[in-house]
Amino acid sequence: MGITILGIETSCDETSAAVLEDGITLRSNIVSSQVDIHKKFGGVVPEVASRKHLENVHPVIMEALEQAKVTLKDINAIAVTYGPGLVGALLVGVAAAKAMAYALDVPLIGVNHLEGHIAANFLTRPDLEFPLLCLVVSGGHSDLVFMPHRGDYQLLGRTRDDAAGEAFDKVARAMGLGYPGGPLIDKLAREGDASALKLPRAFLEEGSLDFSFSGLKSAVLNYLNRAEMRQEEVNKADLAASFQQATVEVLVEKTLLAAERTAVKTIMLAGGVAANGGLRSLLQTRALAAGCTVVYPPLHLCTDNAAMIACAGYYKYLRGDFAPLTLNAVPALSLGEEKY
Amino acid sequence: MLKSFSSEETRQFGEKMALLLQAGDIICLNGDLGAGKTAFSQGVARGLGVTSHVTSPTFTLINEYEGRLPLYHFDVYRLGDSEEMADLGYEEYFYGPGVCLVEWAELVEDVLPEERLDITLLKDEEAEEVRLIKFTPRGQRYKHLVEEMNQLVCPGN
Repeated sequence: MGITILGIETSCDETSAAVLEDGITLRSNIVSSQVDIHKKFGGVVPEVASRKHLENVHPVIMEALEQAKVTLKDINAIAVTYGPGLVGALLVGVAAAKAMAYALDVPLIGVNHLEGHIAANFLTRPDLEFPLLCLVVSGGHSDLVFMPHRGDYQLLGRTRDDAAGEAFDKVARAMGLGYPGGPLIDKLAREGDASALKLPRAFLEEGSLDFSFSGLKSAVLNYLNRAEMRQEEVNKADLAASFQQATVEVLVEKTLLAAERTAVKTIMLAGGVAANGGLRSLLQTRALAAGCTVVYPPLHLCTDNAAMIACAGYYKYLRGDFAPLTLNAVPALSLGEEKY
Repeated sequence: MLKSFSSEETRQFGEKMALLLQAGDIICLNGDLGAGKTAFSQGVARGLGVTSHVTSPTFTLINEYEGRLPLYHFDVYRLGDSEEMADLGYEEYFYGPGVCLVEWAELVEDVLPEERLDITLLKDEEAEEVRLIKFTPRGQRYKHLVEEMNQLVCPGN
């Protein structure tokens, strides 16, 4: 058996554990919201609470080991998310990882949650050559990250208000579509005309790689309010398509600007919004025209999971980048800074 | 009651209020989607000397910042009820060494301390960009805070 990493992730809603061999062979990846776990352990739907993580963390780890058909003796290192996230939630994973690393006398590896999202790409594409650029888009993040070398992260741009995924959810909520908003808008947008409505695109200052989606959200809300006051029928498909187009265009434009500036030829997508069809297709088209290729993780590895944490942990293991057993949760951890 | 004509002005009101805040202060923000709760919070952060970008905590639930005082920025919209707020360990923040800003606070009203400042942001029906900002102080500390705030933004009144 090769280098086997146990990954643990508890930064937000999901309790997750995964066993990964040699950075590519995913032997298990258990996410607590998966139905079978709940049936098996009689657990509840995982929530934001540290108490829920506490209830879930042990069964989730045991299930990950069992499904991977490994024993604790086979584990070479424990990788855990130690930030950014909710302090109470993070602490559950960090405490579990520390206890296991100490008891098993194996290295402890501290992983940044965003580093994990980016690493989800390496699970299926370990061959990607640096330099790389990654657009991390999720409910909580919209970040453009440049990686000249492995393990070297430079934040080129980020959102100044709402994250892209959050804008999708809030607009879906205002349109009465339900939750989660991203996939619903994506689906509806396919039936609509993206040029039907003129919505603002916030490019910010000339050359800025930061994002802002709050103004776009307000524009959609105002449009809905006006239509309601005038008792006009809203074409939801057109609105979804126009909103998605406005969001995606800004994401893609800035990503390509960043690629040009850093002379990167391979663009990675990461995070839950990487599943958006509109984003994938426009980025593919525009990247192709610019001579770049686009890669993205399989759908189930885009949302929060421990496989991506184990993968980031694997490369840190190879570098000998280990955390001391004094590792603590760092709720506001930035990408590229290590606090241990 | 204050009137704001833009999200930047809402931010500036937050920035001014930050000058008056003390450790342990709890500011609750209510208002519809897009009313300016995050903009007001960004202003408070700026006024407290927070240098990093303050983003919406809708997904992350709580964002922590370091300024003149620690700032704990909550968004409880995603929480189902007060019990989940308890699970989140809110007491450590509410009775901690920093300032708490709680967006959508009305959703968890029964766990909010009796003494606090409630701020309601209302959209003006006549003009899309205009917001009415209403302060409802609960307890002596917050009555004093609102008086100070009024003097700061409308001196002479």
